Amino acid sequence: MSDSNSGCGCGCGDGKGCAGAAKPSEKDVKDLKVIIGLEIHCQLNTKTKLFCGCSADFRDDAPNTHVCPICLGLPGALPKLNKQAVIYALKVAKALNLEISEVSEFSRKNYFYPDLPKGYQISQYDKPIALRGKMTVDDDEGHEKVIRITRIHLEEDPGRLVHKISRDRAGYTLVDYNRSSIPLIEIVTEPDLSSPKEARRFLNKLRATLEYLDVFDGEKEGSIRVDANISLEGHNRVECKNISSYKGVEKALTFEITRQRNLIRRGQEIVQETRHFLEGRGITTGSRSKEDENDYRYFPEPDLKPLRVKDWADKIELPELPDAKRERFMSQYKISVNHAKTLVGDIKVADFYEGILKNPAISKETELAATWVCDTLLGELYYRDMKIDAVPRECFADLVALLKDKKVTDKVAVDVLRAMLDDIHEGRKCAMPSETVEKSGLGKGSDDEFTEIIKKVVAANPQAVADYHSGKGNAINFIVGQIMKETKGRADPKSLNKLIVDYIASME
Amino acid sequence: MVSEEEVESIAKLADITIEKEKLAGFTSRFNDILEYFDILDQVAPDETTKDDLYNVLREDEVMPSLTQEEALVNSGETEEGYIKSPKVM
Ligand SMILES: [Zn+2]
Repeated sequence: MSDSNSGCGCGCGDGKGCAGAAKPSEKDVKDLKVIIGLEIHCQLNTKTKLFCGCSADFRDDAPNTHVCPICLGLPGALPKLNKQAVIYALKVAKALNLEISEVSEFSRKNYFYPDLPKGYQISQYDKPIALRGKMTVDDDEGHEKVIRITRIHLEEDPGRLVHKISRDRAGYTLVDYNRSSIPLIEIVTEPDLSSPKEARRFLNKLRATLEYLDVFDGEKEGSIRVDANISLEGHNRVECKNISSYKGVEKALTFEITRQRNLIRRGQEIVQETRHFLEGRGITTGSRSKEDENDYRYFPEPDLKPLRVKDWADKIELPELPDAKRERFMSQYKISVNHAKTLVGDIKVADFYEGILKNPAISKETELAATWVCDTLLGELYYRDMKIDAVPRECFADLVALLKDKKVTDKVAVDVLRAMLDDIHEGRKCAMPSETVEKSGLGKGSDDEFTEIIKKVVAANPQAVADYHSGKGNAINFIVGQIMKETKGRADPKSLNKLIVDYIASME
Repeated sequence: MVSEEEVESIAKLADITIEKEKLAGFTSRFNDILEYFDILDQVAPDETTKDDLYNVLREDEVMPSLTQEEALVNSGETEEGYIKSPKVM
């Protein structure tokens, strides 16, 4: 932070203050529109790298074991373009409504850094594979808005660097080229996003779309990396690099917007610069390096031929995408828009939902099933850091069937679900909920059974009953609590309450 | 033609130090090379130079990679399978 004593802060160089230094009002600062554009790098899940046959499945392997002369940039090695990566990029371009370029080409982006063994990254520059698309996203008020996509291009991932401190504290860098040349697509948006939350929703939907297309696996560490351009209306733009998680994007943007607003509040101008996001600390820091576009000295890659793949895109058949699936779920299953949105937000969740409905016992229980997946199961999974694929569909369908037949109360169903997930989580076999309920006597009891319990509790608490009869309505709560305890949640609270009130009234 | 300033900035991007007294020599050698390109540019493209290849692609099939030992054989210094480089960042 600059020292406020050194001048008036507006950059005029006047130490005493100047006409332009008037600090804006709090309202003006608060009302400044937020403008965000994203550059999203996603690893494509091809079997091999972009320009060589090295396996792209490198994550659990020792460093420098997925490398060859091509991805190590050894002299004389020539890149050979992976057809599948091109097809995947076309799929994404088509799904996001981009125009496929008649001719696209690769270029060399030159920079000197140990993560690039060749001294350049092969990327697409002035002739990307596709231009001008769009995707919708919900804004913070829940209204659908269009985010324009500027372009999509193909490029290779650089290697991975590990920074170390040596004993003499000098520090050095270790390089692993397993990631070198993994295929990436970079998706660039126009500055159409207006808040960190909206940006996160956009990314979530983009991730969902890429997973629907089966070209990307968002669960792999580092499979998505984001650079964000952020500015406040009328002020300079800051590029924030190195964001490598979905949560990180929202955090980095929120931090950066607060930082920029605070500068403007103090009457200072935003420096146009590249900043780095430090994920662990949730802050961005300025980096003095000024990378000028010219410094990359882009030129056409002489070792790769142009692509003419526009007609390929026409032949690509897209699967049902999130928006279409949401509409279908709402009309076919008559579920609420919120449930539909939640279900289609992850193709695995959508498939799970449709999978359990295949069970004839609950195939008509579309709303009940949606409620239990969205409002209970997903939260319980999140809490245990579990994935939905781990849940056997027949077990969950069985639980929904118990609920449908009113054999268990909601409370017991939640308990059974939790026990079931704990079993799976800890590597035990998960039992069918109907068996669990039968074995442990958790089934919903009959009114006769509950009436017996009520009689017993009432008889044991004559004072509370007397208080209730003398007009202290609260006194009944104590009795209800005692009875709930005795019935272990197997009674539906509403009907239990009625039974108790009726019984006590009958005693008068 | 490139100027001495341009050569200096290119050297900086490549992390190479060019001593002041050698700058003029490097600049003129750069310009010699660039002149060859000017000559090449004057050759009109004809049938023999025409290149209309496009969509040169390979299938997504895994090929064997080098072993770690082979991969590291030319590296000056290594540590636990990594290539060691001077500190960056
Ligand atoms: Zn390779």
